[in-house]
Amino acid sequence: MTTRLDTSIETWGRVHRGAHQLAEPAWRDAVAEAARATAAAAGTTLAHGLGRSYGDSALNRDGGLVRTTGLDRLIAFDREGGILRAEVGLSIDALLRVTVPAGWFVPVTPGTKFVTLGGAVANDVHGKNHHVAGSVGRHVRRLALWRSDRGVVECDPEVESDLFSATIGGLGLTGIMLWVEIALHPIRSAMMQVENRRFADLDEFFALSEDSADWPYTVAWVDTIQGGEALGRGVFSRGRHAETGGLEPHRSGGPTMPINAPSLLLNRVTVGAFNRLYHANPGSAFRGRRHYDGFFYPLDRLRRWNRLYGARGFYQWQGVVPPADARTATRTLLDVITRSGEASFLAVLKNFGDRPSPGLLSFPMAGTTLALDFPNRGERTLALMAELDRVVSQAGGRLYPAKDGRIPAAAFQLGYPSWRELERLRDPLLMSDFWRRVAISDGNGG
Amino acid sequence: MAEATRILILGATSAIAERWARLRAARGDRLLLAARDPAKLAIVADDLRARGASEVLTAESDLGDADGAAERFSAFADRLGGVDIVLLAYGVLGDQADMQANTDHLRAMLDTNFTSAVIWSELAAGHLEQAGSGTLAVIASVAGDRGRRTNYAYGATKAGLSVYLEGLAHRFAGTPVSVLCVKPGFVDTPMTAHVAKGGPLWATPDMVAADIDRAIARRRTVIYTPWFWRLIMLIIRHLPRPIFNRLNI
Ligand SMILES: Cc1cc2nc3c(=O)[nH]c(=O)nc-3n(C[C@H](O)[C@H](O)[C@H](O)COP(=O)(O)OP(=O)(O)OC[C@H]3O[C@@H](n4cnc5c(N)ncnc54)[C@H](O)[C@@H]3O)c2cc1C
Ligand SMILES: NC(=O)c1ccc[n+]([C@@H]2O[C@H](COP(=O)([O-])OP(=O)(O)OC[C@H]3O[C@@H](n4cnc5c(N)ncnc54)[C@H](OP(=O)(O)O)[C@@H]3O)[C@@H](O)[C@H]2O)c1
Repeated sequence: MTTRLDTSIETWGRVHRGAHQLAEPAWRDAVAEAARATAAAAGTTLAHGLGRSYGDSALNRDGGLVRTTGLDRLIAFDREGGILRAEVGLSIDALLRVTVPAGWFVPVTPGTKFVTLGGAVANDVHGKNHHVAGSVGRHVRRLALWRSDRGVVECDPEVESDLFSATIGGLGLTGIMLWVEIALHPIRSAMMQVENRRFADLDEFFALSEDSADWPYTVAWVDTIQGGEALGRGVFSRGRHAETGGLEPHRSGGPTMPINAPSLLLNRVTVGAFNRLYHANPGSAFRGRRHYDGFFYPLDRLRRWNRLYGARGFYQWQGVVPPADARTATRTLLDVITRSGEASFLAVLKNFGDRPSPGLLSFPMAGTTLALDFPNRGERTLALMAELDRVVSQAGGRLYPAKDGRIPAAAFQLGYPSWRELERLRDPLLMSDFWRRVAISDGNGG
Repeated sequence: MAEATRILILGATSAIAERWARLRAARGDRLLLAARDPAKLAIVADDLRARGASEVLTAESDLGDADGAAERFSAFADRLGGVDIVLLAYGVLGDQADMQANTDHLRAMLDTNFTSAVIWSELAAGHLEQAGSGTLAVIASVAGDRGRRTNYAYGATKAGLSVYLEGLAHRFAGTPVSVLCVKPGFVDTPMTAHVAKGGPLWATPDMVAADIDRAIARRRTVIYTPWFWRLIMLIIRHLPRPIFNRLNI
């Protein structure tokens, strides 16, 4: 298996990058060799999909990396039953082009279609339909993974169930997945019925969420600059698959952000202006039909939009707090941000439902989740996120590893008490920068 | 509904060929995939079936060895019930330094990329001529446009193949049979796994496949893919020798 030294792989937030011994197997049976060859020098390797994780859970600096994007084949597609078995490197982008014309949609989708199936399962991703569908792990029927100590193992909720549940949300550490079988969601149209509404504060957000229980997709955008009276104002969006309108999948194309923007582009002034425009925009009171591509994946329209944050990159921060404290904790979080003077360009708020995931270390849980991104301004930004971490920990919530690049070990271990079980089931050949920090180093946050 | 197009792919496990086959499968075409590795063949065939091909047949065949090629080609055509489009995609890059030192390796590469490829092309042309219409598409390379120290052995096979195809295209000019010579630039496939990628010159196999698809529909005879390689090679071909000699390409 050919490997080569690659020095360009970075996180989506672009705060971390480094050198990896890289292999790109084109066939499932080449994965074992790719893993061993890339691990030869440093002793460990890791699967890597489309690199859409903001944080360092998809990096293994100075070690090996096995990029899975060449494993993008369908294995079987039951067009009547909506069951798809496919190789792990298949992207949701490519999947939808095949399944939408046949009347099937992914059961759960993150806010970008440029993720692989393997990456989606390893982070047990959630979407706008979490309150009705749970996370993607609930829709995985079966999967196969290669382990350095056992070879290829197939698992499902009955067979090898421990390994199955540890692999869902398992951050790529339990083995390299080769294929997954998922149950798709039937649709009659590629169009969505959409309703957007402005809300003036957090109470209105919670009221709208409760009121929208029969809408399968809900999400809200919040303004993180306005404090005081206007704290927590925003736009609530809800949608459902339309009944008519044809089954035309999305088209490819759109511009690519060619180079880094100047670092100062996204600052408090520009984000504030954007927020005012967004809030006042007629689109924020839109009611009508939109194609699924515009509804689920607005950011996909500008490829490599992460370069907008300039050379220093940015951090994502996402936490969830349980329902009991959701209102007060969310208010405190927003309060901390508005007072910090750090602007978050994208601030997304959503109520998760209580559908449990089979995943051992799954992030979603019943409650309210807030996702933010902050341009990297060094210590100031880290200090702000540390304060947000404390609010979440005190409320008994947790942080999302896919979004992070700096969670201290203590905060992680508190939020994920089953982490030792994942460490026990980890394939000894696999390791990530994230795991080295939160589980392997001495565990006292250093 | 129109009849499904009958497609024969020689070297169907090539990354570029596979991406093109996916475009055809989505249209419900019928395919016969020939390649030497049965495990890879089965994987590609499953994918194309799942994508909607109305039938996918496979044939395990060492295409680089042209012994008995005429009978083997007839068998492929019989199994499909006639062929409308042939894509010849297999090939090997070889290691230039190694082939300079070891002429057995040089010869094996010549047999694969040139000798066998022109024999299959001639057989395919004969079949299409008999049938009265159809397309033969063959993947050559921009490397055939000028001999360079880093890969002139490979380049020479692609140059020879291009001239052969040029002659076939001439022979069929003005007839319903078309002959297409595809000249890709740098493509991110297993053949180039050892090279660091990135930069505007690198294309994905999907992009190349889409170009091949368009060129077949438009009955083109030669394409560079992506298109800008036509300009690049125009310049490289016309560089005066003293300048060319100083380039380390
Ligand atoms: C614009 C944007 C919006 C997003 N919105 C959401 C959202 O709404 N909800 C949400 O949950 N997430 C969201 N995300 C995060 C994203 O869905 C996850 O980070 C996802 O895991 C990325 O998939 P990937 O293919 O890029 O994987 P990578 O980032 O390359 O890898 C992610 C993890 O998966 C592991 N992995 C990958 N392939 C395999 C395999 N074959 N076997 C074992 N492990 C494997 C890696 O080791 C790593 O730990 C968003 C990201 C972006 C950029
Ligand atoms: N990638 C580029 O940058 C590039 C540029 C210009 C031209 N090309 C040309 O494009 C074509 C396709 O290559 P690719 O890029 O798609 O690379 P690829 O995925 O490596 O495909 C090459 C294919 O050729 C097959 N092959 C080699 N010898 C064979 C034999 N004796 N019998 C049967 N099959 C044989 C290989 O089969 P196995 O899998 O069994 O080995 C493999 O499937 C080649 O002709 C290549 O020269 C490529």
